[in-house]
Amino acid sequence: MVPATITNVFSLTVVLFLTAVIVFFIGKSYIVSLSQSQGMRPHSLRHYYGIYAAAWTFIPAIIVLLMWTALTQPVIARLSQSLLLDAYPDMNSAMLQLRLAQLQNISTGLIVAPDDTMRLIADAHAELRTYANDLKFVISLLVAFAGAGFAIRQIKPEQKARIKWEGFLRRLFFVAAAVAILTTIGIVSSLLFESIRFFSQYSMIDFFFGTHWSPLKAFSSSGGQSEIDGVVQGSFGMLPVMAGTLLVAFIAMLVAVPIGLFAAIYMAEFASERTRNIVKPTLEVLAGVPTVVYGFFAALTVGPFIRDLGFFAGMDISAQSALAAGGVMGIMIIPFISSLSDDVITAVPRSLRDGALGIGSTRGEMITKVVLPAAFPGLTGAFLLGISRAIGETMIVVMAAGVSAQLTANPLDSVTTVTVQIVMLLTGDTEFDSLKTLSAFALGITLFVVTLMLNVVALSVSRRAGGRY
Amino acid sequence: MTNPTKLSTHDLNVFYDEKQAINNISMAIESNKVTSFIGPSGCGKSTFLRCFNRMNDVIPACRVEGQIMMGDQNINDQKLDPVLLRARVGMVFQKPNPFPKSIFENVAYGPRIHGLVSSKSETADVVEDSLKRSGLWNEVYDRLHDPATGLSGGQQQRLCIARAIAVSPEVLLMDEPCSALDPIATTIIENLINELQERYTIIIVTHSMQQAARVSQNTAYFHLGHLIEYGATKDIFTNPADPQTEAYISGKIG
Ligand SMILES: Nc1ncnc2c1ncn2[C@@H]1O[C@H](COP(=O)(O)OP(=O)(O)O)[C@@H](O)[C@H]1O
Ligand SMILES: [Mg+2]
Repeated sequence: MVPATITNVFSLTVVLFLTAVIVFFIGKSYIVSLSQSQGMRPHSLRHYYGIYAAAWTFIPAIIVLLMWTALTQPVIARLSQSLLLDAYPDMNSAMLQLRLAQLQNISTGLIVAPDDTMRLIADAHAELRTYANDLKFVISLLVAFAGAGFAIRQIKPEQKARIKWEGFLRRLFFVAAAVAILTTIGIVSSLLFESIRFFSQYSMIDFFFGTHWSPLKAFSSSGGQSEIDGVVQGSFGMLPVMAGTLLVAFIAMLVAVPIGLFAAIYMAEFASERTRNIVKPTLEVLAGVPTVVYGFFAALTVGPFIRDLGFFAGMDISAQSALAAGGVMGIMIIPFISSLSDDVITAVPRSLRDGALGIGSTRGEMITKVVLPAAFPGLTGAFLLGISRAIGETMIVVMAAGVSAQLTANPLDSVTTVTVQIVMLLTGDTEFDSLKTLSAFALGITLFVVTLMLNVVALSVSRRAGGRY
Repeated sequence: MTNPTKLSTHDLNVFYDEKQAINNISMAIESNKVTSFIGPSGCGKSTFLRCFNRMNDVIPACRVEGQIMMGDQNINDQKLDPVLLRARVGMVFQKPNPFPKSIFENVAYGPRIHGLVSSKSETADVVEDSLKRSGLWNEVYDRLHDPATGLSGGQQQRLCIARAIAVSPEVLLMDEPCSALDPIATTIIENLINELQERYTIIIVTHSMQQAARVSQNTAYFHLGHLIEYGATKDIFTNPADPQTEAYISGKIG
């Protein structure tokens, strides 16, 4: 039996790596001696032959190691499960889970077996694991040696080791990119799949154009709820929710765009180097504040402040309002807008500014008539990205905007947003396939499509700027 | 034949922080002639040229001391508004720098900000006139509203000249206007300079001795921030008084 300290994945990785390092030097000196004896200059620099051999040693072995680790766990679990089922024939599934966990703990020595049967099974379980681990050790080393042997036999002066290695790297980068894309596709398709399930039970028209959103409660009067199999359902008209989202995002942009843009203009055009070096990082600190902090700032400070102001003005305003949430969200987005805009404005070349000044523009004219128009596509991009952040923002609205789904354009009303509703639908006790839960996916995909469109517009607008100056 | 003096400097010194880039230069520029500034890179030609429309003000580290007279006005007086000066003394840069707007808007820009035009038709007239004088009209009259950045390098540079002359300046400063252009575009611009000389006083910084010989009547040779020799171009090129000038002209100094 190989000691467990060596057979765990991390130490095995180290062992494989060290083997690969040794193989690297073997490969390197091998090509040197080969090329001397054959009197032939190798195609690539000699360390590429070392890398080539080392890669063949390490990479297949590590893949086998990881796959083995991933595959043996469930196999062992399945085997012990069948042992358990044989020993305790009438167990319900909860009991089975419990015993499986017990097994795990017994075999790692955390607890003692409660009875003999369990101990026997636990011993078998432990033995299986040891066996699998030993096998893992042997197999991955075997693969490593096989890889090394294969690679070293390939090494000859005319072999294009560098090109092979670069080809491998190219494929590796491709795989990384593919993983990123595939996960996105995976997420989107799961959203899509669940949404389709939702829409198979609920009319699309009612969802997209309905003005009544009350997924949790059943209303006694009409209001759009339907009855299936005698169960009263909520109604899922997303318009008020989407309207709330847009209202809050609009208020946020109303705060963030002017302040962010002006701050960016100040930093890019007027501030001295010293001021800029202080102001810019300070603004960026704002971007690092967790949104939950903004959330309680909105809920506990800004919201009540607005309510009190309203009280003095003789208005009855709730402490939770679109204004409080949107305003604070705007503050959150300011550094985002100002930083991106500052980059865009600073990227306008010196020569354009010189041209504007050289013909007798004042600084103000230079900025408004030449620099900002030149930066316009990039600025639009920054604003649109800001909007998609505002639309996707959750924490602040959860805490400060309220939960009442009402179709309103009044910033002093309390509203709810798509993100808040998703949180409410999926937290607490939920059955996974109830209509209520599924509606969260429909909301999610709607939100996704909206932000996706914004981002596409942002990208295409700023791309149109390409090569403009 | 000497023309009246358009611009003159008196004991002009320019510093970048502590480093002196121009030493005590006094010279007079004749009106309606082309004066070329030549000399090795880094000798201060651009710095000196930029004094005439106060573009050095834009560089925080730069300090210009001394008098620059235009008529009876000292244009280096800090009380004088450089914005108005720059309408009288226009500038064309080394790299063509059209604004990212349409051809029309590029030329209309100057007249608009200086309030020289008050109606659409007036603007159109100024634009047409400037484009004609810069020799670009025939190439662009049917696409005035296309982006200026779609023009070729040489056309862009002529557009920049049109943009500069649209505000009816008295002086045109050109800092190596052809260095980013191919030989054909260069020839076109050189011919244009010859035509423009009737109406404007032109100062051109150039790398190319042949260009100085072709376009200018007067030439000034600079070295390490000093004005070494200044006189009629044909004298400088055929019979330089100073050995340094001679060495530069014959290619011994880069
Ligand atoms: N913005 C600047 N800051 C500091 N020094 C400068 C700056 N511009 C030019 N200089 C210095 O001033 C000198 C003259 O430069 P310049 O006028 O550009 O020369 P030229 O146009 O003849 O090549 C050079 O030594 C250069 O390094
Ligand atoms: Mg220069």
